[in-house]
Amino acid sequence: MSEEIEFDTAGITKKFMYVNRKAPYGTIYALEVLEAVLISAAFEQHAAIVFIDDGVYQIKKGQDTAAINMKNFSKTYGIIEMEKEDADEDEDMDMVWRIIVEKESMEARGLSADDFVVDVEVLPSAELAKVMAEQDVVISG
Amino acid sequence: MKFGILVNEGPFTHQASDSAYQFVKAAIEKGHQVMRVFFYYDGVNNANKLSAPQSDDRNLVKMWGDLAKEHNLDLVVCIAAALRRGIVEDNLAEGFRISGLGQLTEVGIAADRLVVFGD
Repeated sequence: MSEEIEFDTAGITKKFMYVNRKAPYGTIYALEVLEAVLISAAFEQHAAIVFIDDGVYQIKKGQDTAAINMKNFSKTYGIIEMEKEDADEDEDMDMVWRIIVEKESMEARGLSADDFVVDVEVLPSAELAKVMAEQDVVISG
Repeated sequence: MKFGILVNEGPFTHQASDSAYQFVKAAIEKGHQVMRVFFYYDGVNNANKLSAPQSDDRNLVKMWGDLAKEHNLDLVVCIAAALRRGIVEDNLAEGFRISGLGQLTEVGIAADRLVVFGD
């Protein structure tokens, strides 16, 4: 293997946004975005985990994947919620995590904030666009 | 400007990797720095040296490797995504290295811009 290269990131805090746009199964994007979010926690950056379009189904309660032979990873989003709570409670840590659902996508699919496995902020598209514009890094899947 | 690049698709089903390649080439020609190209999702397939496109098709695996050699580019393939898809050291193309997802977050922090190429 080639030599590992590392950059000095000490003392830098940026705003990362992870935009989930795809249904949880059918393509691998949801699972691999989730893996990227979980790994990023170690870097203590700000993070907004956003669910839009069919991405809102990723965090829907009551998923049963037995019939499609896929691992139900919806419970893993609970780890994101735990990271968010840790960041909120630790005053020494400059790290804000947000879990955001786009209102229009949620409503178009007949869902409400109570239908999700994690507590979410519900933001209308126009407000979400403002939050998106404030980000340093936007990663989508 | 210091760029980080994220390539989310393989070399054949989507144009993403071609576009990323052209972007990286143009950025370097304009005097910008490309700190790292990170390959994620099916993007890891860009590093499969067993890939053998027809002779009248462009060979992106080789093109990325050549570009890396010419400009000392850091081409990083995500290990979790790679293992799933059978990309290991044995079939890793020249110019690429396999590492963890942390390298994506890291370049996001270190670069001025992270430019994402995907579906």
